[in-house]
Amino acid sequence: MLKTLKQIARIGIVTEPPPLTDETLRVREILQTQILKVMGRALCIRAIDAGSCNGCELEIHALNNPIYNLEGLGIRFVASPRHADLLLVTGPVSRHMEVALMRTYAATPDPKLVVALGDCGCTGGIFGEGYASRGRVSNVIPVDVAVPGCPPNPTSILAGILTAISAGRPRSPATP
Amino acid sequence: MRRWFERAAQLPGAPTACRLAVSRQEWRQVAEDVAAGGGRLLALWISDDVARAALVRAAYVAERGLLVVELLLTSTEQNYPGLQEVYPAACRMQRAAADLTGVCALDQDQRPWLRHAAWPTSFHPLLDAAAPDSPMTPEVDAYAFVRVEGDGVHEIPVGPVHAGIIEPGHFRFSIVGEKVLRLEERFGYVHKGVERRFTELPIMEGHRLAARVSGDSAVAFSWAYCQALEGITSVEIPPRAAWLRALCLELERIANHLGDLGAIGNDAGFSFGLTQFSRLKEALLRTTEQALGQRYLLDAIVPGGMRTDIARATEPGILRTVEEVLSELVILHSIYDEHAGLRDRFVGAGRVEPELAARLGLIGLAGRASGQAADLRVDLPWSPYGDLAPVKCGGTDGDVAARVAVRFDEVVQSCHLVQRILDGMPTGSYQTQVPTPADNALGVGAIEGWRGPVLVSLEAGPAGRIRRCHPHDPSWQNWPVLEHAVIGNIVPDFPLINKSFNLSYSGHDL
Repeated sequence: MLKTLKQIARIGIVTEPPPLTDETLRVREILQTQILKVMGRALCIRAIDAGSCNGCELEIHALNNPIYNLEGLGIRFVASPRHADLLLVTGPVSRHMEVALMRTYAATPDPKLVVALGDCGCTGGIFGEGYASRGRVSNVIPVDVAVPGCPPNPTSILAGILTAISAGRPRSPATP
Repeated sequence: MRRWFERAAQLPGAPTACRLAVSRQEWRQVAEDVAAGGGRLLALWISDDVARAALVRAAYVAERGLLVVELLLTSTEQNYPGLQEVYPAACRMQRAAADLTGVCALDQDQRPWLRHAAWPTSFHPLLDAAAPDSPMTPEVDAYAFVRVEGDGVHEIPVGPVHAGIIEPGHFRFSIVGEKVLRLEERFGYVHKGVERRFTELPIMEGHRLAARVSGDSAVAFSWAYCQALEGITSVEIPPRAAWLRALCLELERIANHLGDLGAIGNDAGFSFGLTQFSRLKEALLRTTEQALGQRYLLDAIVPGGMRTDIARATEPGILRTVEEVLSELVILHSIYDEHAGLRDRFVGAGRVEPELAARLGLIGLAGRASGQAADLRVDLPWSPYGDLAPVKCGGTDGDVAARVAVRFDEVVQSCHLVQRILDGMPTGSYQTQVPTPADNALGVGAIEGWRGPVLVSLEAGPAGRIRRCHPHDPSWQNWPVLEHAVIGNIVPDFPLINKSFNLSYSGHDL
């Protein structure tokens, strides 16, 4: 126990001041007010792997490390779409995940936002469309923001999430 | 055993690979002889020859090398003798091959494996030229899970969408009280048609798709692909390129192990572990980005060598990060070892005894934690591992604690390898030209990734295309063993046990 406490004290707080430029900082301010306005509470994200290679997931995980410290911004990942304000979807959407994705979308209460992540989520990427792949996420559910990259780095993912919120206009309930 | 190797012809790619065409009777005999000699089944898949007759292939790792056995089926034969009695892991590979080609094993479990409801049984994605005009309406199909019946037995279905940030798959638990009586996995949710997609790509671009078979093992898969391609084009990559690739492979291993060590601690309720290890992992990824231009090395390895050389000025930075990882690891290892709560969760959880591991064919990292001391880097070293003299890590307890311990040891070993690589890195070019391969040439690549041995079988097509490419992830062998590992454990320990294996869904579903 003593060792653990010592290690915590020795490493200290490693969280980096969130995004480096003024512009990004401004977004964060808007973020805080917009979250309150649109969501009325901290932003809750449900991550859905709809067919990814697991590369994007690794970078989503990184958002939770002490350096990016997503929770420090009032954003957290939740275990159920019913608790979520925003769906973070990686793709390409495999045909076998199509139903699960549509059901997850339907299970998320309105107003809701969707961020498609990675080259595959944006365009289908190297997998494209085929007998087993539906390609981009927006082929299956409505998407608000698409973040390219293979995989996008944590800063880009964060920027995408912030953009989705600062746009602040969740689409009206739509049937996928 | 020896006679098969004597009859076999050399196969381009992995250094010790050879190829053996067998008759229907011999097919099963080879499998039994390899098993008797202590060899392992690495992969089983179905391709076709130029006349479009089905060609069943099995790759084995034996003491003498990598043996690829081929059984050509005549047009009247639509089946072949299955291998699951000898190698239980063959069961799902046979079912997957049947979904993709329509060719079944005689001992086959008739349920589909990769195919759900998205395409009709009459369509064979690998062998049929045209895809069905109208793909089937997505729907949830009924899958015949094995039911456990009795007083107080009930089922818990989990997935495909999981509670965490995890790949999709379905787990069906049959439980009494809190104890797991039986777990049955169902996968195929992230099947993206990778093997068919390969056939649509130029052979000089296939490494990009190979890297994305399982994004966490990008270096292993893209190296295996390039090893096969360079084999069939008789290209010897410059020594510097080989050493740079080894640097990438070890960085990938360290990054994944650090991530897992943190996540396993977290799944046992010790979030301190996640925080500490994810900090180290982030430092390593940033160093990797400075040196090689990417945090995850999805595009570092290209046919003929490396996409870029390492920036010389970044070498001290890599060494500093590696030293930091090593010194932090000493502290964190002792904290993990002395933490009563963690030991309580780790020790004995998800135990796979060495005998069971051997019978079921557990391989890679999880295998080494269960007494299966196999590591291609040591057993069948390819350049530059012969010069690097890596050390095999392992244990015999086979529980979560053992898989954690192997990760700790392998991080240390890989850090030392990185130091040795940077110390002894040859000078010279990092890339060479690769000519277009001859039509129908076959090559294999075999690389020990962080999860275990990765195999890529590559056949060249006309005009610089890919005729067939089969990537194989060690998760194929290890997923079925997880079903055994959780028997008798309590349901809340499943996430912990599952994480201690950390198997790939995408690399398995293809």
